[in-house]
Amino acid sequence: MPDQLLFAIEVTLNGLMAGVLYALVALGFVLIFKASGIFNYAQGVMALFAALTLVGIQDGQVPFSHLINAIFGTDVHHFGWHVPAVLAILLTAAVMVLFAWIVERYVLRHLVNQPGIILFMATIGLAYFMEGFGDLMWGADIKNLDVGLPQGINETIDETTYNWFGYGFFIDNLDIAATIVAVILVVSLTLFSQYSKQGRALRAVADDHQAALSVGISLRFIWVLVWSIAGFVALVAGIMWGSKSGVQFSLSLIALKALPVLMLGGFTSIPGAIVGGLIIGVGEKLFEFLIGPLVGGATENWFAYVLALLFLVFRPQGLFGEKIIERV
Amino acid sequence: MKLKLTTLALGAAIAASPALAELTFPSLSYRTGPYAANGIPFADGYADYFTLLNERDGGIGGEKINMIECETGYNTEKGVECYESTKGEGSLVYQPLSTGITYQLIPKATADNIPVHSMGYGRTSAKNGEVFRYIFNYPANYWDGASVAIKYLLNENDGSLEGKKIALVYHNSAYGKEPIRTLEELSEKHGYELTTLPVDHPGQEQKSQWLQIRRDRPDYVIMWGWGVMNQVAIQEAVNIRFPMENFIGIWWSGSENDVLPAGEEADGYKALTFHNVGSDYPVFDDIQKYVVDAGLAAGAGDQIGTALYNRGLYAAMLAAEAAKTAQEMHDTAAITPEQMRDGMENLVITEEKMADLGLPNFGPEFEVTCENHGGNGYAAVAQWDASAGEWSLITDYMQSDLEVLQPLIEEDSMAFAEESGIEPGCN
Repeated sequence: MPDQLLFAIEVTLNGLMAGVLYALVALGFVLIFKASGIFNYAQGVMALFAALTLVGIQDGQVPFSHLINAIFGTDVHHFGWHVPAVLAILLTAAVMVLFAWIVERYVLRHLVNQPGIILFMATIGLAYFMEGFGDLMWGADIKNLDVGLPQGINETIDETTYNWFGYGFFIDNLDIAATIVAVILVVSLTLFSQYSKQGRALRAVADDHQAALSVGISLRFIWVLVWSIAGFVALVAGIMWGSKSGVQFSLSLIALKALPVLMLGGFTSIPGAIVGGLIIGVGEKLFEFLIGPLVGGATENWFAYVLALLFLVFRPQGLFGEKIIERV
Repeated sequence: MKLKLTTLALGAAIAASPALAELTFPSLSYRTGPYAANGIPFADGYADYFTLLNERDGGIGGEKINMIECETGYNTEKGVECYESTKGEGSLVYQPLSTGITYQLIPKATADNIPVHSMGYGRTSAKNGEVFRYIFNYPANYWDGASVAIKYLLNENDGSLEGKKIALVYHNSAYGKEPIRTLEELSEKHGYELTTLPVDHPGQEQKSQWLQIRRDRPDYVIMWGWGVMNQVAIQEAVNIRFPMENFIGIWWSGSENDVLPAGEEADGYKALTFHNVGSDYPVFDDIQKYVVDAGLAAGAGDQIGTALYNRGLYAAMLAAEAAKTAQEMHDTAAITPEQMRDGMENLVITEEKMADLGLPNFGPEFEVTCENHGGNGYAAVAQWDASAGEWSLITDYMQSDLEVLQPLIEEDSMAFAEESGIEPGCN
């Protein structure tokens, strides 16, 4: 097989894996938008906050230690224990549920029936608040995240492809883990929304708020539920991205990667987020491989947004989004 | 009641306002935002050194130091706001700590007659003091860094890089593109093949670049990264099993923050530096005694001795030495920004002076003149020891290839002079 073809296959496989990571971030946006019509600007910061909390709990870090030390002249930083990864993830998920309740109680409840733009603005404020709050709570240093996920080249794939083609493909073990987790997450979300009582209520709210209210579904409960699920998805995204680079404040910028995915897949479709992520992941990597060298490289962000713009022109609702028809 | 409140407010205002005739050093820091992890240690080092001088020596030349910290969030607009809001306080010198902010401040500070010290960043051709009268970038600039990296590789390869392949992984910004011209010129001189691989901001995703490195198998990779780009690049290099000892970062890719996330696998990674590492210097004993033990440490006091803390401390030390020079030149303790500029332009850093300051062998010797605002272009290579969790210098300070760099600086600075209508000269 020609070398260029082998390289292109390797790039495509890695693009698919990168796409899964993008989809993980986009998924959180979709869940909230679908259930409440809110474009949650704070989704990236939620991933950051969840990852910070996870590392903080795991390492036994004292929350607000800098503040406590500055006020009381103490020198406390750690409780001196180390929490196992699984327990730390569960505790962090509980924190994200608490966060969802606080958001509903103190932000969303006061903005019921307000235009979408007001809710969007509220999430911008929420993002800035959470970023500062996360900094105050856990500090701004870069934290190592280790929940036992494998990293580095997958030896089996490398050796097998080398024996077949004379060239070993590079696939990162972390990307494989992310793919498996994403598949489990999407299947679980689908089963939850199709077969559980709460899931059906969530879909009812997504279809029509007023109708759902009229049959006795609590909008507040659904909002807490959906923000909790989005918080959990943010935690998963935070773990995957944080494992690559350490947990640091630039993690909130991963939301930038989700926007073209959402435009492509549609803001209201879970399969759309996955397919959109895969298309963007493969597309940007292949474009960089084939065209990048001719134009000086660094085409990935550009390609993703140009592709999304093209979709906006020809199919504004995205691949799987619901077509919005407004009659006067 | 009203009178009491007024008295209280007046008292509080008097207590809060700085004493008169202080030497004001603004610190444009970033303790928040995506780059806070790097901004905090630098800001701490900068502040702690000035606190030390105040507590131990009573300031500089008998004048207390008033350090004003302003948060930029590494955002250019906020940096300019910080400049505008503090320049009226008698600010003696600005350390913008961002290439973007430096570019914005070059015309503003020049017009306001306030010096700027962009130490190891900013506009490289500001080294030409005949054009950039108020801008200084000693002791080394980006082109020095690129040249010293190549010089080091020449030494590693018995003086020849003929036929070698070198890849530059860089942040796709004005900062990241700085070394390209120098590396291209040097490739013609030394016969190596240069590949440039840009990484989009912020650099969370670099799979394409490292797959290409894996395919092309360059002998060396040089990195011009910042923030999360550094950590991801080092992790990706580990993933593709690129030999760490053949991977060299610029000084902004050489902090503990950059290597720690990759753990033991980052062992052997190298980075350029223009100052020494660690805290085994007498000045750190004084910082412990007069600053930390007195409860006056900046931030949490947990960054002392890290690469970026040392850089902040070094920047403050150079500012203080320039202020002393200015005081001696103008025979006054309460110097003005213009006099500070004179002090910076006549700064001489010798090993003897560094030893007296409690920083023996901490940085290269250099001399600033009107024609040369960039020092003598010396830098060294540091290597990360993952098991010990520390950097160590593995070379002496090496001088950049001025034969190649000087014409480039001349060309770029003269183009700036022409477009800005500046008449180059020292008077």
